[in-house]
Amino acid sequence: EINSHSHLDPCHLNGSHDGILCFSSKCDLDFVCVSTRGYIYRPVCFLMSAMAEERRQKHCSVVLPTESMKAMAESVGVGQLQEDSCVALSEEVSYRIKEIAQDALKFMHHGKRRKLTTSDIDNALKLKNVEPLYGFQSQEFIPFRFASGGGRELHFYEEKEVDLSDIINTPLPRVPLDVSLKAHWLSIEGMQPAIPENPPPATKEQQKVESTEPLKVVKPGQEEEGTIQGKGQGTTTPDGKGQCLGLIRLKPRSTHELSVEQQLYYKEITEACVGSCEAKRAEALQSIATDPGLYQMLPRFSTFISEGVRVNVVQNNLALLIYLMRMVKALMDNPTLYLEKYLHELIPAVVTCIVSKQLCLRPDVDNHWALRDFAARLMAQSCKTFSTTTNNIQSRITKTFTKSWLDDKTQWTTRYGCIAGLAELGPDVIKTLIIPRLAIEGARIKAVMEGPVISNIDKIGAEHVQSLLLKHCASVIAKLRSPPDNVEQYRTEYGYLGPMLCSHVMKARTQAALQAQQVNRTTLTITQPRPTLSVSQSGLSGSSGPRTPSIIKVPSSLTLMSPRPGTPSQPSPPATKYIVMATSAGAASTQQVILVITLSSSQSASPVTSTVPSATSTLQPLVKLEPGSGPGLTASRPLQKYIVVSLPSSASSSLETKSSVLPTSISSSSLDGGMKLERSESPGASTQSPH
Amino acid sequence: DTSLAKQKTDIKTEPSTDGFGNNNANDGRVLSASPGSGSSTGSNKQTAAVTPEDQQTLLAVLQFLKKNKLIESVEILRREAGLPENSLDPKATESAGAGSGGAAAVAEDQPDVRVVLSAYSQQGDPTLYEVYYSDLKKFIETVLDCHRAELSQVFYPLFVHMYLELVYNNHESEAKAFFEKFSGDQECYYEEDLRVLSGLTKKEHMRGNETLLDFRTSKFVLRISRDSYQLLKRHLQERQNNQIWNIIQEHLYIDIFDGMPRSKSQIDAMSGSLAGEAKREANKTKVYYGLLKEPEIELPLDDEDEEAENEEGKPKKKKPKKDSMGSKSKKQDPNAPSQNRIPLPELKDSDKLDKIMYMKEATKRIRLGSDNLPSVCFYTFLNAYQGLTAVDFTDDSSLIAGGFADSTVRVWSVTPKKLRKVKSAADLNLIDKESDDVLERIMDEKTASESKIMYGHSGPVYGISFSPDRNYLLSSSEDGTVRLWSLLTFTCLVAYKGHNYPVWDTQFSPYGYYFVSGGHDRVARLWATDHYQPLRIFSGHLADITCTRFHPNSNYVATGSSDRTIRVWDVLSGNCVRIFTGHKGPIHSLAFSPNGKFLASGATDGRVLLWDIGHGLMMGELKGHTDTIYSLRFSRDGEILASGSMDNTVRLWDVMKAFDDLETDDFTAATGHIHLQDNSQELLLGTYTTKSTPVIHLHFTRRNLLLAAGAFNP
Repeated sequence: EINSHSHLDPCHLNGSHDGILCFSSKCDLDFVCVSTRGYIYRPVCFLMSAMAEERRQKHCSVVLPTESMKAMAESVGVGQLQEDSCVALSEEVSYRIKEIAQDALKFMHHGKRRKLTTSDIDNALKLKNVEPLYGFQSQEFIPFRFASGGGRELHFYEEKEVDLSDIINTPLPRVPLDVSLKAHWLSIEGMQPAIPENPPPATKEQQKVESTEPLKVVKPGQEEEGTIQGKGQGTTTPDGKGQCLGLIRLKPRSTHELSVEQQLYYKEITEACVGSCEAKRAEALQSIATDPGLYQMLPRFSTFISEGVRVNVVQNNLALLIYLMRMVKALMDNPTLYLEKYLHELIPAVVTCIVSKQLCLRPDVDNHWALRDFAARLMAQSCKTFSTTTNNIQSRITKTFTKSWLDDKTQWTTRYGCIAGLAELGPDVIKTLIIPRLAIEGARIKAVMEGPVISNIDKIGAEHVQSLLLKHCASVIAKLRSPPDNVEQYRTEYGYLGPMLCSHVMKARTQAALQAQQVNRTTLTITQPRPTLSVSQSGLSGSSGPRTPSIIKVPSSLTLMSPRPGTPSQPSPPATKYIVMATSAGAASTQQVILVITLSSSQSASPVTSTVPSATSTLQPLVKLEPGSGPGLTASRPLQKYIVVSLPSSASSSLETKSSVLPTSISSSSLDGGMKLERSESPGASTQSPH
Repeated sequence: DTSLAKQKTDIKTEPSTDGFGNNNANDGRVLSASPGSGSSTGSNKQTAAVTPEDQQTLLAVLQFLKKNKLIESVEILRREAGLPENSLDPKATESAGAGSGGAAAVAEDQPDVRVVLSAYSQQGDPTLYEVYYSDLKKFIETVLDCHRAELSQVFYPLFVHMYLELVYNNHESEAKAFFEKFSGDQECYYEEDLRVLSGLTKKEHMRGNETLLDFRTSKFVLRISRDSYQLLKRHLQERQNNQIWNIIQEHLYIDIFDGMPRSKSQIDAMSGSLAGEAKREANKTKVYYGLLKEPEIELPLDDEDEEAENEEGKPKKKKPKKDSMGSKSKKQDPNAPSQNRIPLPELKDSDKLDKIMYMKEATKRIRLGSDNLPSVCFYTFLNAYQGLTAVDFTDDSSLIAGGFADSTVRVWSVTPKKLRKVKSAADLNLIDKESDDVLERIMDEKTASESKIMYGHSGPVYGISFSPDRNYLLSSSEDGTVRLWSLLTFTCLVAYKGHNYPVWDTQFSPYGYYFVSGGHDRVARLWATDHYQPLRIFSGHLADITCTRFHPNSNYVATGSSDRTIRVWDVLSGNCVRIFTGHKGPIHSLAFSPNGKFLASGATDGRVLLWDIGHGLMMGELKGHTDTIYSLRFSRDGEILASGSMDNTVRLWDVMKAFDDLETDDFTAATGHIHLQDNSQELLLGTYTTKSTPVIHLHFTRRNLLLAAGAFNP
């Protein structure tokens, strides 16, 4: 029965929660589309817009513009509609739509939902004895698109012509999962167990409050009753365990009693983390990275790591050091943990693994460089997440690295660590601290490489420093300098490293150009919001939930890259064992999608590619949009950040994305809000293609 | 013809029964709806002189009667109104016709609606409305503090009626200005209504708007102390503020009481409903809230042996149980209705067995309290895609039923015992009917599964309820039907038609056989499973009935509504025996305490209110939820109230403390005023947050384990 629709005003039926709330509180209707049956106008489609300025008004009596009436009349073949009739019509139609909207809200409430859906409106129409609208059934949102031109802004519902043969020939989509029941303990005798089905016992904010204002809170396990009763008149009712809350409130520090289960867990986890079974370790690390209830064990883990590093550095036990660093990474990945309290233990341990003179028994053979790289990335990540104006982590770390780098007596291993640590901090640091010293460092390397052979270890060290410098500096210099790359110029400017740098820069440039084209294409594919980001519907099953990783389906040509450190490979023998690990990890944990690309073979040959240890093993894959792609990702879920996906083939451009990503580190909430806003303003944008 | 006859009787009876002849016939609907109101208003009415507007209306009515040749009625009305015989001459008619637009054309369509609306046609100068209103406002602002709060109650109904009058008389711009000027002064809890009002700007809009019609037909009830009322009256008479005085007389019911004026907080606690507070006499009827005597069931000896075997012999436990059972049955609750006040179904053997099971379980019940909180087991519906609309558990917690937006009803077994259908008729013939395990033999093992889907509704299922014997399931739906399903065959047995509009809720009586349903048509219906027509129709709510609950003794039914009131109805007489006001949003959940004395209600405003049914008073307010409360349940011994909300939390409240605290207070039942303590935080025993699952149903097992259910909403 729907003959035509013309859409004049922003409209959004049930896209965003915001929009609906606004609607339920305001009933703003800005849009009507009318179809005709004989001569009777009847609203066919109405949409409520949540416009910012209307929100502020307390009671707004929004009336449809008369132009809408005219347009609708035209669309059903009534040419000349008098102004008076338009006014009368628009008032009448606006009122009736509000009426229907109010009834639709009733259906929403009884449907126990927060979102108004099209079926609610259909039911409200039925209530009024009006035939419902067919063809607007949509579980999620109606993708209205926006267009403007000739001074008119237009929202329209894009109806593509569907080729039936396409539908017939494509394989059937998967049948949606059937409704199922799952039981779990929400509370046991008044205490909420810390299981994945329940929200984390102490949110990050609570942990933060506890660490900054210890007097104000009680133990997180009891916060359910505790905080609330504490706010009331305090000691009147003791809680389930008979503890006197008043006393707890006065305690300056919370105690860290671990239950028997927690002690067992701690033992199992730490043993698995440093044990010999790689599959077990992967499972343990995943548990550390995802389980919400680890808060109380955090001090133990932190001590375990710092003590472990202290002992194993002395014993030059490279493997154990790597395991410990992976634990650090897992802890940092856990979104429910507030690590700030334990940085004083974790950071020294990490720095040790970056700059220690000797990390392994046989420095000439073992790949302790990977550990340094990995730890340097960890360091950079913690600088990014934890550095504040108060603790100044980043500047303190930078100073430490610079100081020991500048020291002439520093060994090559430490030197390597310092440079790696600085380089990971981002292109700005490279530009200001590393590039000016390229000439001096080049001379030093030259002395070792071309001078008399003093020791093999020094030579290996110098080689590694050289490739490290080339790897990090090339992309930065490629951006700093304009294209004609002259070998002589480089030589005068950067000394010994100049020529090599020149060739690296040139390589970086070509790859950047190549990738620029590809990136455009790939972002095109990812902006189809719904299919790509359809989040697994498994619901509570396993440990997935609002904050656990969702499996993001990406076109196979893309690889997710994260700014977080990837996992370093095993020290020796490197390549093969590492691959084994990756697969076993994947097998052990179905929740986590680990796409590890090992580039061990090409690592030495092309230092450029080795910068792309693209691993999505981080639990919150960060996907940031390329600047040009627009707000394409509509299905963003709370607490998850997305970063764009860039191609692994070229390091330079991936470094570019990286560099553009690093400083952003948008808080998820602001990202979310921004996107919501954007959507409510122009819902059509979600399907727009990038410019 | 019938409508005319009705019209006639209305007009005829009213003046004679009410004794104030100057009241116009327009209120015919009002008074027939609430006959109790007449006598008390009469005293107020008589103080006022017969205004010309009233006379005009009367003339219009007389003319109408005459036109329809109802000569006798004309005579009676004229005699009672004290009008001169010649009042019906053409001139008078003309003026009346002009004054009350359309009164002459009343008979055409929707006669009563027209009549109701035409009351607004008696208008003054539209520009003076603002003056009148602000004059009154100024006056109320300057009166003594103790009276101000009480008198301020007048603002809202006055505002609405004045606005509607302006709209009705086509003074659109004045109405808009009036609204803009004074809407900000109204109490925040009327915001929803104001929003509806703001959309209404044309006379034509009023015609189809039932909410407004109800606002017009039902008098807004205010409770004001005599002193405050005298102040108001004196002021209005001094200032000759007839406009407002008329509205107060015609559309407001002022319930005057002697004594101290109420405080602002006392007033706020009780106000908020669509039609003001409940009249005091509305809650005066005696309610038999006590429980019925439990039938005495002899525990068969062999059964005890069986239990002893099963439970590895715990003979000590059984003795106290027997005692408690005995004592219970001996005691006759003075507040209980007589056993056969309403006919209840006879107990079947299977019911007796179930009772025995219940008692056995009851002995193992955990005694809850503030220091002994229940465990909560949460049943999450996964992959419901926002479609779960209703949930119910059987009393023994063995089955869960879910109603869905896709019109399906699903039943799950949560015990290892799977759901099985009865065999087909042909197969049943083959069964040896004399065998002991015939009940087991009739079941078809091939159909065993953990869940069953039942199709039949043609719209979202909004209410669902198991019968106490677990043989039937009721579901109510948007399609206007209530369906009875058999849980033996998993097919639909009956579709009860009566509500033409969506049926929001339905519930079985605790004794089975009866059930109640309520929906968008504003009436609740009481049905018996073997009647296709309702046994009782409970009408009186001014907006949708959103939830229905049976009293534990099955003699009463409570209904919650979008008009923000709760009504308790007597099943025997069909009368409304209690009206509770105080909620500020549509009520979405109700729960009777197991002893039948108290009622808890939860609304979209996120508050739980507690009511004493016997006294008809508010007992407490539990604040804490931030969104609609969809589920309330008392623990089996009534110690703890659990509430589940859209805000993804289950909260536990110490209601024993709430009730105890209040009972020790002096209970000023005479005036019906209560001082509510703001002690929600003390009464809150626990808050349990789900990940992202609104809690839409709660249920205490017989052993006091709390079961909660909701659909995961990623």
